Amino acid sequence: MSAIKAVLRKGFETIEDLFDRIFGAKNNPFYQLGALGWFYFWIVVVSGIYVYIFFDTGVTQAYKSLEYLTHEQWYAGGVMRSLHRYASDALVVMMMVHMLREFAMDRFRSSRWFAWFTGVPMLWLVFAAGISGYWMIWDQLAQYIAITTAEFLDALPVFGESIARNFVTDAKLSGRFFTLMVFVHIALPLILLFIMWIHIQRHASPKVNPPRTLALGTFAMLLVVSFVKPALSQPPADLNYVPATVNLDWFYMPIYPVLNNVSGVTVWIALVAATVFLMMMPWLPPGKRHPVAVVNLDNCNGCGRCAADCPFSAITMEPRSDGSAYQLEAVVHADHCTSCGICVGSCPTATPFRTKSDLSPGIELPEHQISELRDKTIAASGKMTGNDRIIIYGCDNSLDATDVIDDKTQVLTMPCVGMLPPSFIDYVLSRNLFDGVFLTGCRQGDCNYRLGLKWTDARLAGERDPRLRKRVNADRVSKYWAGLTRHKEFFRKLTAFRKRLAAMGPEQDSGQQGKKTGVADINA
Amino acid sequence: MLEPRLIFGQIIAYGIFAIVLGYFSNSPAYTYHDPEKALLMVSFSHASQTKEECRRFTQEELAELAPNMRRPMDCPRERVPVYLEITMDDEVVVSNSYSPTGLAKDGSTSIYESIPVKPGKHELVSRMRDSRRKEGFDYTSKITVDLEPRELFVIDFRKELGGFYYK
Repeated sequence: MSAIKAVLRKGFETIEDLFDRIFGAKNNPFYQLGALGWFYFWIVVVSGIYVYIFFDTGVTQAYKSLEYLTHEQWYAGGVMRSLHRYASDALVVMMMVHMLREFAMDRFRSSRWFAWFTGVPMLWLVFAAGISGYWMIWDQLAQYIAITTAEFLDALPVFGESIARNFVTDAKLSGRFFTLMVFVHIALPLILLFIMWIHIQRHASPKVNPPRTLALGTFAMLLVVSFVKPALSQPPADLNYVPATVNLDWFYMPIYPVLNNVSGVTVWIALVAATVFLMMMPWLPPGKRHPVAVVNLDNCNGCGRCAADCPFSAITMEPRSDGSAYQLEAVVHADHCTSCGICVGSCPTATPFRTKSDLSPGIELPEHQISELRDKTIAASGKMTGNDRIIIYGCDNSLDATDVIDDKTQVLTMPCVGMLPPSFIDYVLSRNLFDGVFLTGCRQGDCNYRLGLKWTDARLAGERDPRLRKRVNADRVSKYWAGLTRHKEFFRKLTAFRKRLAAMGPEQDSGQQGKKTGVADINA
Repeated sequence: MLEPRLIFGQIIAYGIFAIVLGYFSNSPAYTYHDPEKALLMVSFSHASQTKEECRRFTQEELAELAPNMRRPMDCPRERVPVYLEITMDDEVVVSNSYSPTGLAKDGSTSIYESIPVKPGKHELVSRMRDSRRKEGFDYTSKITVDLEPRELFVIDFRKELGGFYYK
């Protein structure tokens, strides 16, 4: 399983590197798969409502109403019908790639099981909703899928009468059947929407809208396909004849050829087994769980920054339980916590400047105590020489930078770079422990813990608490979000940074540093 | 402003996705039935005879039953399987025994078979046994059909209409 993941991850990262260059990290569709899924869903809903206005529920009327829409009103109804089809197809693509990517990146186990687990039933709903839509057209494709689906359902030993018998002669088919299909075709997406909402419940600031540029681009693409190759019906259904050859929508119907060649019972067993297997995957085997964040009430002032920054809604602010004058305290919900440490990075008490008391912040990861990080930073500093001494703070999910460790460079990693309180940078530079601080982590736009890079960028830019102090010389701070693969660029940025530090010479006045350019230009 | 080469790259990326969507949304065509053949479909639901005849309870048996359960007749609900045989030009195309539905096998027997056949003129003979008899048939029907390629010919059965009927 790990080998498959590694290969898939390598594949994704190679393609994503290319897309990063073309689209930029912000608009890279691979970092927006879930949001694109939502976007396509809404296109399907809006276009579906329009088509529904003109849809007639009847054995012959259903087909005729769609023919009218497609040919007589091609500029509006026809486009809407095409958008409905192509956005539905795109939704399947996004959903499958999204699932595969989360698997490859190993973001579905341990505390992150919930989104995976709730995502699996969506597969059934999306496919069922799509197939019911094709059924409503009542063309030869609809005739084929109606009979094949009914035969598939008949394989279940729960229906006394054969459902497929309803599609043997026209006499058995009534307009009310189409009314039922309309109900199914509306009800399934509504249930889907409800599960989509549940799916993101454990995500703080979930990405449900793609960036505007990407949304416009993808919508324009769908519009172009709709005009160039409008969605058309196949010849009308005729139960006196077998369609024999049909043009399947392969995004929704790859299972139909299987159903024609394998017994329905076998396919049911395979599908149920696959569903159960997929749902159980987070525990096959379970991901390694690290000790979750712990609140130290003596140092928690109830500011709520940890709750605001936690990417997985694992922290809530509750009424104080220790009789303190502060109104609220942070409470960690262990089953949601991924032990990323972003909460520690957000805590105003996690400052290495503290001298009057132990460095024990209001919230802490037991395995990665902030005092240890300070001690390691200080210890690492002692071995350094020159005026271009660099400390690299990295994350455990990005490239291994230990190759660069020498008498001028040290590397310290943590679960997520978002765990690093900005005050550490100030501390390192103002105490002259190093000449420069270099941050690295997952690739831009794709933090393993969702929001670690976003919050780090915002904190360094002075846009989010805890902010990096303005007195920090921005020329002595650099960052490059390298991910696992961008070694060359990482070394290039690091070398450039080192040259810059060497040219600057040693810091003259710690705490009152020379160039105060703010933090906007800290990117290497 | 995006560089022209990046705009070009995005157009290529969107274009590839558009081609994938446009093509696979209805291609390649899938043939699941030989267009040169017709299709015989046997589809009906029929309640066969019960496996055992009703019989009168003996006085001893009645005495053993709870007072509220006492009734004159004992009628086991299980039905016999339906045996169906269809020949086309004296060649057997269906010869199966179908069990009644239901856990107690007391429901109707549902039969649904599809058999691709050569088009043209054929003599079809349908026979069915739905009673306790061990041999022979309870219903027999013969029909000559002239089938076109892809034509769907349905063999149905309705007891109230006298047995087999065709469409």
